[in-house]
Amino acid sequence: MDTIIETTLTINGESVTRRIPVRQNLVDFLREEIGLTGTHIGCEHGVCGACTVRVDGKIVRGCLMLAVQADGRNVETIEGLSDSGEIADLQDAFHKRNALQCGFCTPGMLLTVQDLALQNPQATREQIREHISGNYCRCTGYQAIVDAVETTLIARNSKA
Amino acid sequence: MNAPAFANYVGQSIPRANARRLLQGRGTYTDDLRVARLVHVVFFRSPHAHARIVKLDLAQARAMPGVIAAIDGVTLAKFCKPWVAVLGHLKGIKSPTQHAIAIDRACWQGEAVAAIVAQTRAQAEDALEKIECEWQPLPAVTDMEASLAGTQVIHPEFSDNICFSRELATDGVDAAFAKADLVVEETYDFGRHTGVTLEGRALLADYNAAENTLTVHQSTQAPHMMQDIFSRHLDIPEGNVRVIARDVGGSFGIKVHVYADEMATAALAVMLRRPVKFIADRLESFLTDIHAREHKIKLRMACTKAGEILAFDLDDLTGIGPYSVYPRTSGIEGNQVVNLTGGPYKHQQYRAKLNVVFTNKNLTCQYRAVGHPIAVAITEAIVDLAANKLGLDPAEFRKRNLVPDDAYPYTSAPGMKMEKLSHQQCMDKLLILMNYSVLRTEQIELRKRGVYRGIGIAAMIEVTNPSPAFYGVGGARISSQDGATLRLEPTGMVTCLVSVTEQGQGTEAIFAQIAADAVGVSVDRVRVITGDTGITPYGGGTWASRGAGIGGEAVLQSGKVLRANILDVAGVILQASREMLDVRDNHVIDVRTGNVKLSLTELGRIAYFRPDTLPLDFQSELMVTRHYTPRGYGFAFTNGIQASLIEVDIDTGFVKLLKHWCVEDCGTVINPQLVDEQIRGGIVQGIGGAMTEHCLYSGDGQLQNGTLADYLVPMAAEMPDMIIDHVITPTKTSELGAKGAGEAGTAGAPGAIMNAINDALLPFNARVTAQPFTPERILGALGKI
Repeated sequence: MDTIIETTLTINGESVTRRIPVRQNLVDFLREEIGLTGTHIGCEHGVCGACTVRVDGKIVRGCLMLAVQADGRNVETIEGLSDSGEIADLQDAFHKRNALQCGFCTPGMLLTVQDLALQNPQATREQIREHISGNYCRCTGYQAIVDAVETTLIARNSKA
Repeated sequence: MNAPAFANYVGQSIPRANARRLLQGRGTYTDDLRVARLVHVVFFRSPHAHARIVKLDLAQARAMPGVIAAIDGVTLAKFCKPWVAVLGHLKGIKSPTQHAIAIDRACWQGEAVAAIVAQTRAQAEDALEKIECEWQPLPAVTDMEASLAGTQVIHPEFSDNICFSRELATDGVDAAFAKADLVVEETYDFGRHTGVTLEGRALLADYNAAENTLTVHQSTQAPHMMQDIFSRHLDIPEGNVRVIARDVGGSFGIKVHVYADEMATAALAVMLRRPVKFIADRLESFLTDIHAREHKIKLRMACTKAGEILAFDLDDLTGIGPYSVYPRTSGIEGNQVVNLTGGPYKHQQYRAKLNVVFTNKNLTCQYRAVGHPIAVAITEAIVDLAANKLGLDPAEFRKRNLVPDDAYPYTSAPGMKMEKLSHQQCMDKLLILMNYSVLRTEQIELRKRGVYRGIGIAAMIEVTNPSPAFYGVGGARISSQDGATLRLEPTGMVTCLVSVTEQGQGTEAIFAQIAADAVGVSVDRVRVITGDTGITPYGGGTWASRGAGIGGEAVLQSGKVLRANILDVAGVILQASREMLDVRDNHVIDVRTGNVKLSLTELGRIAYFRPDTLPLDFQSELMVTRHYTPRGYGFAFTNGIQASLIEVDIDTGFVKLLKHWCVEDCGTVINPQLVDEQIRGGIVQGIGGAMTEHCLYSGDGQLQNGTLADYLVPMAAEMPDMIIDHVITPTKTSELGAKGAGEAGTAGAPGAIMNAINDALLPFNARVTAQPFTPERILGALGKI
């Protein structure tokens, strides 16, 4: 009953070709077909941000994009950003500041925060809070996350 | 144990080792497991709050592609015994029999009446559409007061809708009210809300028919409790059931209960002889994860004109849905309200009445801080009301009435025994921390300019480290003791197995710190394993702020014995008196000189691989298990005080949270940063319930806002920065001295927020008493709508 489309995309630098049911979400595809389980599913209606991934350099909700829409595009997940070292300093700051508890929101949060860091490296605490408002964290109360992001931005700016 | 060695890591903010995998997306939550022959279950849930099933036809669904089974309640009941959620010490509590899949009748919107198992979740959901069910709607009882009146009785086997009632009174309540100069009275409403764990409930059950063994991977707080439940209800010997909880994506009390759909999933695994997975999606989470806190409370307080509180008189009504939740029951939250109301204060007279009633809404049960947010909010609200009427500053009024720090041990008016609390120290510290008098001056100045700020204070007591008096005495097979096994590995590493579980709060990190100090090794040499009934000692798991105080003490005691056993081995190897030796920094040292005599790596090599070089009559014992049960007090009570600074926009009713403070006393602080972050996260959860979170039901029992877009969870931009500080009064009931901290934030925040809003509204002679405090309700109080 499902229409299937052969789709070729790049995932964390590797070219992947799969026959994908058109109704499959990108996040389900990444998790179920590719085994990249670092991207999480929190609400499946685009609110919580746990499924945030990067497509052609822009963050998107993996539950609101169909996998077949990623044809020809470059998809990056938490695993890719971790292995490339791109967010190692952010991860370290989150670790030191305990800016995560259960960790379920954390991959999506990190992608969103890195997006802010690239767009607005001078972001204030208020701008950080605003930018992560689409990523729900139920454990931390957000303050530690804001602290960790602020610390990272300051450190990056001092190096730049 | 030598005192200096037990001070290296305990008390330090060491980052959690297990956070690294989560930061890279390399954790293992239940839905991340990959298992051969796995099939997926979804549930057909009642669209009605109360309805009889006239006809349930699963034939078309069964014929859909990929479908392996379509099952109703009668079929599943052959594989799963039903349950009745009562406890012996909640006298008179009653609840109907609940099945894993409802039979004949659904009692709330969302109750599962059929299950579809298919090769993929998508196929199972496709097949759901093909189920034909004919319903005969029955009258839905959704209002608590209507339920109590009992005009419509929900369960035909009962004559009323009362699950549990309790009354409590000291001897002189009426006399205290009669002689009072001031009696204040107010009614408080609390809306239902829920935990919204970002990872939904998740269970993967795998049955091996050859061995009659069941392995359940579950996002749970209490693996041993679930092992017992699966064993008894699926009729599999307990030793054949293994429950594993790896990474858990938030729990907050949501994942410590028995859910019918999870029992059904395990039963389906047995029935189908293969692994079956259930992952609650967000919509069914709102319909079926336990809700909490639907209470309507009338509270009276008597005091003298000098500002002395004489008595409280409480009447609490709470609606819990159609069933009491197994096995902890749904009577506990109300019971806690009775036990804790008025808790910080030294009045001697107290009367309470509690009615816990059935309704046709989702079930309610214990959610983070159970009863405390309600007890604290009503107590602190009425204390502020009295202070206003007496013309006393709220902080000053509290100071006159807090149980003094030198009054302990102390028994509160409802009979709660408290070892040692520090209300006065906490209050003094809070007022300095927040610069209270400056804020008051600023408040007056800003009012002149039409800026309405409010300052709210909430003192609290909190139940932590529960003894067997909490559940065990009532007949529940829920362990109040926990155990720790510590093993010195041949490499000199220490493996630490603990029955308390990790939910992200940092349990494993603090156990590593305690173990490292107790044994004398560096913290990076300790590997902690939790969450597996096949591996760890037996214990209760994570709930009621018990992990650090109970599990931590077990680790400490186990570590001390392991250290002694290491010294036995060292004494034999070195042919030295063991009293002259100690373990420090991964080495055996000479205590007189501090010189290193032997590394633990070398000791491990000899003990495990060359014991032939040791005397014939010597056997090393480098694995030790110790358990700990809190006794002596029913609970290790903690205390704390919170304050909130807010600003109300009187034109829109919007509340801006400017700042929040908490001074808390959880005894020994093992990892200050982890404790502070538990409190911060808890505060925001409390703020959520007070400000935005509300499970809204229509009169006929339909949940109106069961999506994350409609149910408002606190977001980063709205939340304040929070200042946390501590007074440290270790409990003397354990050597570690730790009490619980995980629920303190949630316990006190709603009361502080409520008082802050009402303080801001004071110039308008307006008050809000119904949570959540939405702009609509604030504008209503202001008479603007």
